[in-house]
Amino acid sequence: MKTIGHVAGIISNVVIVRVSGAVSQNEICYVKLDGVRLMAEVIKVIGDLAYVQVFDSTRGMTVGTEVEFQGHMLEVTLAPGILSRNYDGLQNDLEKMDGLFIQRGSYTDPIDFDQEWDFEPLAKAGDSVSAGDWLGQVKEKWVDHKIMVPFVMEEVYTVKSVAEKGSYKVTDTMAVLVDSEGMEHKVTMVQKWPVKKAVKAYVSKPRPTTIMETGVRAIDTFNPIAEGGTGFIPGPFGAGKTVLQHAISKQADADVILMVACGERANEVVEICAEFPELDDPRTGHKLMERTTIICNTSNMPVAAREASVYTGMAIGEYYRAMGLKVLILADSTSRWAQALREMSNRLEELPGQDAFPMDLSAVISNFYSRSGKVVLRNGATGSVTFIGTVSPAGGNLKEPVTESTKKAARCFYALSQGRADSKRYPAIDPLDSYSKYLEYPEIVEYLDNKIEKGWVESVVRGKNIVQRGKEANEQINILGDDGVPVEYHEQFWKSELLDFVILQQDAFDSIDANCPLERQRFMFDMVLDVCDKPFKFVDFEDCSSFFKGLINQFRQMNYAEWKSEKFEAYRAQVVETVSNKLNA
Amino acid sequence: METKAFQKIYTKIDNITKATVSLRATGVGNDELASVGGKLAQVVKISGDEVTLQVFEGTEGVATDSEVVFYGEAPKLKVSDDLAGRFFNAYGEPLEGGASIEGEEREIGGPTVNPFKRIQPSELIATGIAGIDLNNTIVSGQKIPFFADPDQPYNQVMAMVAMRAKADKIILGGMGMTNDDFLYFRNLFENAGVLDHIVCFINTTENPPVERLLIPDMALTAAEYFAVDKGEKVLVLLSDMTSYADALAIVSNRMDQIPSKDSMPGSLYSDLAKIYEKAVQLPNGGSITIIAVTTLSGGDITHAVPDNTGYITEGQLFLRRDSDTGKVIVDPFRSLSRLKQLVIGKKTREDHPQVMNAAVRLFSDAANAKTKLENGFDLSDYDERALKFAHDYSEKLLSIDVNIDVTEMLDTAWTLFSKYFNKTEVAIKESLTEKYWQEV
Repeated sequence: MKTIGHVAGIISNVVIVRVSGAVSQNEICYVKLDGVRLMAEVIKVIGDLAYVQVFDSTRGMTVGTEVEFQGHMLEVTLAPGILSRNYDGLQNDLEKMDGLFIQRGSYTDPIDFDQEWDFEPLAKAGDSVSAGDWLGQVKEKWVDHKIMVPFVMEEVYTVKSVAEKGSYKVTDTMAVLVDSEGMEHKVTMVQKWPVKKAVKAYVSKPRPTTIMETGVRAIDTFNPIAEGGTGFIPGPFGAGKTVLQHAISKQADADVILMVACGERANEVVEICAEFPELDDPRTGHKLMERTTIICNTSNMPVAAREASVYTGMAIGEYYRAMGLKVLILADSTSRWAQALREMSNRLEELPGQDAFPMDLSAVISNFYSRSGKVVLRNGATGSVTFIGTVSPAGGNLKEPVTESTKKAARCFYALSQGRADSKRYPAIDPLDSYSKYLEYPEIVEYLDNKIEKGWVESVVRGKNIVQRGKEANEQINILGDDGVPVEYHEQFWKSELLDFVILQQDAFDSIDANCPLERQRFMFDMVLDVCDKPFKFVDFEDCSSFFKGLINQFRQMNYAEWKSEKFEAYRAQVVETVSNKLNA
Repeated sequence: METKAFQKIYTKIDNITKATVSLRATGVGNDELASVGGKLAQVVKISGDEVTLQVFEGTEGVATDSEVVFYGEAPKLKVSDDLAGRFFNAYGEPLEGGASIEGEEREIGGPTVNPFKRIQPSELIATGIAGIDLNNTIVSGQKIPFFADPDQPYNQVMAMVAMRAKADKIILGGMGMTNDDFLYFRNLFENAGVLDHIVCFINTTENPPVERLLIPDMALTAAEYFAVDKGEKVLVLLSDMTSYADALAIVSNRMDQIPSKDSMPGSLYSDLAKIYEKAVQLPNGGSITIIAVTTLSGGDITHAVPDNTGYITEGQLFLRRDSDTGKVIVDPFRSLSRLKQLVIGKKTREDHPQVMNAAVRLFSDAANAKTKLENGFDLSDYDERALKFAHDYSEKLLSIDVNIDVTEMLDTAWTLFSKYFNKTEVAIKESLTEKYWQEV
């Protein structure tokens, strides 16, 4: 029996419902209005009044309207066919909707229930299995999509039968499991999961030990993000958050990419849709769109579904992680999600915290970030969810609640600086303010020793010191004038400029420079550090600046040339010659 | 609006604040319109049988026994081709008399365009102003505001852009506009003989501030009619969005909502986004482009209104007076059009991106030289030439009274490059320099 209620009050999209039976917190209900059903979620219960947030416009709703409770929380549908789809925050397939406008109360299936998949069994009768264990697999694009024991089945089961190799629909029975009491359970390819609960179908969540390559030098070399790690990118508008996120999504070394466009511009989503189907994924040779799913709640779509969109993304990510895949979730921007929480808390007349955000903002954010991570599955395979969120701090001020709460939760911090953006030093990741906690992990240091070269992290620290010393020298020069400081100050400054221009800056719109593999990053970084170690002698500051300007130009030509090509080698030879000429002069 | 026979009339108001009234009533829908003592009002909160209404005009003179009549529908606009050439108030009623519009009634503030039914914007909107066309090209379907101090001639520049842009319809939404500015726009449209493709929705400073809240939705409902139904290219001008935000703050304050940054309501971002995101390029060729004005106080862009706007719009344009030439220019450093990459060098000549960057870089070198000069340092020969270049660049290109097409702008830039610099200093790709360099 479903619980029925009736609308008793309306404040914008918060609706107060008088209920006649049991309701649970976060339960989903439908409000019947003008022949459509509007989805809503319970956010507070007081006596027989349930406060629900409606994921749509409440225009025209009247007191007394019937509300039907569903007995479950907000769920995602997990099944083959999710990749390369375009969902809204509630997992409706936006491409399936008719008409130019999104009509209120229109819901579409997240997958095609008629499509057939080639199934291959992995488990056999007699096996003992529990939630998340692989029963079989189908090919979704180029991914081996595992058909698992549904996450909601919390016991240990014995496999009675598994479907034979062949072609099936997602709703066909793929396996029959028997529980300890002898009850039979049919398993299909489809399962549902409440988005706000973390999927726990794994053995352990160890500390990360590897890094996820992004092809962006300022990240991989200076502040790498771990596979299964968390990072965030705060920055004022115009600092290049979106360009950076798109670059990461194109180049990251991941099997599945989930782009959550949360409260951002619709034209940015259009850009992904226009570009990604055309671009090749260098790792697989397939189109980028094939590994990408977009979950979008653009800024003009209903605010309440904004919060749902990040959770929907995370739940889908956890599902693919349980298949032993590397998942990267990018959310742009988590500030809009926090603002949605603020609007709601305001309408519920809760006592506000700082800047009118809800008091538990920090807890909500850290709880969400903690769902990412690398996990060891029961069969020994590993999977990971890496999460990078952007933050749009009000007025570019990093001392605001969302940035501060996120800073506590995320391990990598990529601060985009207005100053760097203004002087067109892109990506505008500030080399000194930003950090990656992973560089302090002994496991990661050891991994980088083996993966890149012995003593790599020490080199990175040296690089950061060069930038720091250059900044200090520059301050002195600005105060005392070019002639007022010893020429060594200029040398220090120009060495940091060399590192800035060659390593930190990267042209996201150049076909070659945009994506820099680790091997190439190592080569260039070592070469730059080598120059910085050289004991040059300069006559005066002009001699120093003109030498480095020339050198920077030659180095940059290397960045634009194809890796190890003749041109590349020619520019490299020029650099070597310029440096040795200066040393011998 | 006329009263209909079956409408219930209430005559007992329980509470009156400056902008809201509340009373006991049943069967009332959320967002529905009503009249309170003859003034237009909208339902903003329903709690059991207690209904709270926002009275657009303000509640001066409303009595506890004033008549309240519910209309049973949300605000609507009648749309048809007759809209063209007309001036309306915030309720969509013709100003200065004239026949009312016949046409289909549409609810204002309607649903959102499905992002996957949109088309990537790719058509340049030429304005003849180099600060825009050359440096910050505007594309149809874009939304971009002028960030301007109240003393800057933003309305004039916006009007200039509107007149030169080849749009099928221009829709002006005036919020808190001074009567003088309104008359300026009207005379301009009349004198230019373009009245037949103009529609105006005007709330002047003489009208109650809360009425402004209807203006953007009215203007954009009309815009959607022409763009979606007729496939036309529509340019929407909104001036000034800061007045709109102020009205939002007034209402949320009267409703006892907890203010967030700068006394603005917590929902400011969503409220502004709902308006700006109506900008769209449609598959049928129609488009809505929004050019707005956000007035700043003392150039402060960290205030909640410009800050939230910056995160929503696709760039922003700054005006400033160039102290060298005394001309008003579009500031090349702080202005940005995020969509320019979609057209420059593609819909315009191949050298556009490189010429644009080189000119701005050289202009910034001149700014540095100027600082040097002010600090009493000696200028190098290069600095001197950069300063001369900056003067010409500002006068012959950036100044908003120059009106030339993009190709002409590019040619002028090359002339200036060749006049003051050598090829290495300009540092443009060799293949382009060979083609366009003008030996003097």
